Amino acid sequence: MNYSFDFSPVFAAWPMLLDGILGTLRMSSLSMVFGLALGLVFMLMRMSKLPMLRSIAIGYIELIRNTPILVQVFFVFFGMPALGIRLSGEQAAILAMTLNCAAYAAEIVRGGVQSIRPGQIEAGRALGMHSVDIYRFIVFRPAIRAVYPALCSQFILMMLNSSLMSSVSAEELTYFAQTLDSQTFRSFEIYFTLGVIYLAMSQFFSIALGLIGRVYFSYPAK
Amino acid sequence: MTGTSASEQAIAMSGVNKWYGHMQVLKGIDLEVGRGEHIVLCGPSGSGKSTLIRCINHLEEIQQGTVTVNGTTLSQKGSNADHIRRDVGMVFQQFNLFPHLTVLENCMLAQRRVRKASVADAKEKAMRHLERVHIAEQALKYPAQLSGGQQQRVAIARALCMDPKIMLFDEPTSALDPEMVKEVLDTMISLADDGITMICVTHEMGFARAVAHRVIFMDRGEIIESAKPDVFFSNPSHERTKAFLSQILNH
Ligand SMILES: Nc1ncnc2c1ncn2[C@@H]1O[C@H](COP(=O)(O)OP(=O)(O)O)[C@@H](O)[C@H]1O
Ligand SMILES: [Mg+2]
Repeated sequence: MNYSFDFSPVFAAWPMLLDGILGTLRMSSLSMVFGLALGLVFMLMRMSKLPMLRSIAIGYIELIRNTPILVQVFFVFFGMPALGIRLSGEQAAILAMTLNCAAYAAEIVRGGVQSIRPGQIEAGRALGMHSVDIYRFIVFRPAIRAVYPALCSQFILMMLNSSLMSSVSAEELTYFAQTLDSQTFRSFEIYFTLGVIYLAMSQFFSIALGLIGRVYFSYPAK
Repeated sequence: MTGTSASEQAIAMSGVNKWYGHMQVLKGIDLEVGRGEHIVLCGPSGSGKSTLIRCINHLEEIQQGTVTVNGTTLSQKGSNADHIRRDVGMVFQQFNLFPHLTVLENCMLAQRRVRKASVADAKEKAMRHLERVHIAEQALKYPAQLSGGQQQRVAIARALCMDPKIMLFDEPTSALDPEMVKEVLDTMISLADDGITMICVTHEMGFARAVAHRVIFMDRGEIIESAKPDVFFSNPSHERTKAFLSQILNH
């Protein structure tokens, strides 16, 4: 083996990598927030009394969960211009990840809602509360708490999957790494460093989400 | 019954039939409850006691008959259920406090959302009722940090915060350790002394003797017997009542 390792071109490119890290954090965080919000809508539709809404939600969730996220973002980026919708790489990435995250979040949160004892909802009804208020003030927090670890794993998985968004030129970390690779040909050093950075970022998300959970779910368990 | 006029009636159920699938769980229930009357409802497990009182605030739908609360007759689909629930408080066997809210917040939530009370008013009323059930000092704790008896007293305070005219209790002491039963029963007795209308599903016969104007015995979805407590316990007229009483009094 006569390859001599040289990380200096990688470190020299740190402003570019930092841009990439910020891009990944930005796209992933936005997609988590939007994805969770949209996921709640699909969850409510999925649990609705109206068969029509239920079918739409089930169809959507199955479609998303049974197709690759790469195909989804290709569809958004390359396919939608045929409908006159032209998005930048980053916009397409956020939209695709949001749509993807929503399907998984809907199913995870539904599990949380189903874990709520019927007595909780009955207590709200007996107090004269409307269903919207019952969901918002009684069901929501304990339901999210019940599935919070699963939700966090899903978020972190999505952050890692965001590397696929380099395929539509979304300026996230992997995109910059590929650019750097084509300029320096230091593939080993670049992708090794990339792996370390992704590892650090998932640790970061894990800790940050854990802290958010600690604050939001500070009430003692039964 | 005692020929009370409609305006004196808190609750009137007439010809109420209810099925779960093919199983009929309420059979021709006729029941009138006067204002300020205290009723104890007892009967074997599965006889339909919970179902009966849950029909009063429309937690359950009925298929036949009418339920009238304070002069308002519940529509079949329950479109006016919210109107009726304004007057009816309910206390459950499992307390059903909201685990993510403090005791105080548990008592404020519906006041804020349903009554649109201001924070200050809601808090003031919550504290007043928490004091009344002798638990004000725990106002900032969460339900999981309280004993069962304390939780049930909070649940009573939470219901009282909505100024109900009628209180429904569904086996409020059945989930409690024996040493906590008394504190909850004492709270209920003091409520009864204040003259609120009350239907209580319980097998606490001491409580029935102390506060009930009438004890009603149910079996297999039917009201079998309804009598004043002294008559009910000393001289029940139905065999099924006697059998039931001998069972619970021997245990
Ligand atoms: N949600 C339900 N679905 C089907 N059957 C039920 C349901 N709730 C109660 N039942 C049945 O109805 C009957 C009466 O129940 P319930 O009113 O809870 O009795 P009790 O409170 O006297 O023990 C029982 O046979 C019970 O199994
Ligand atoms: Mg019951």
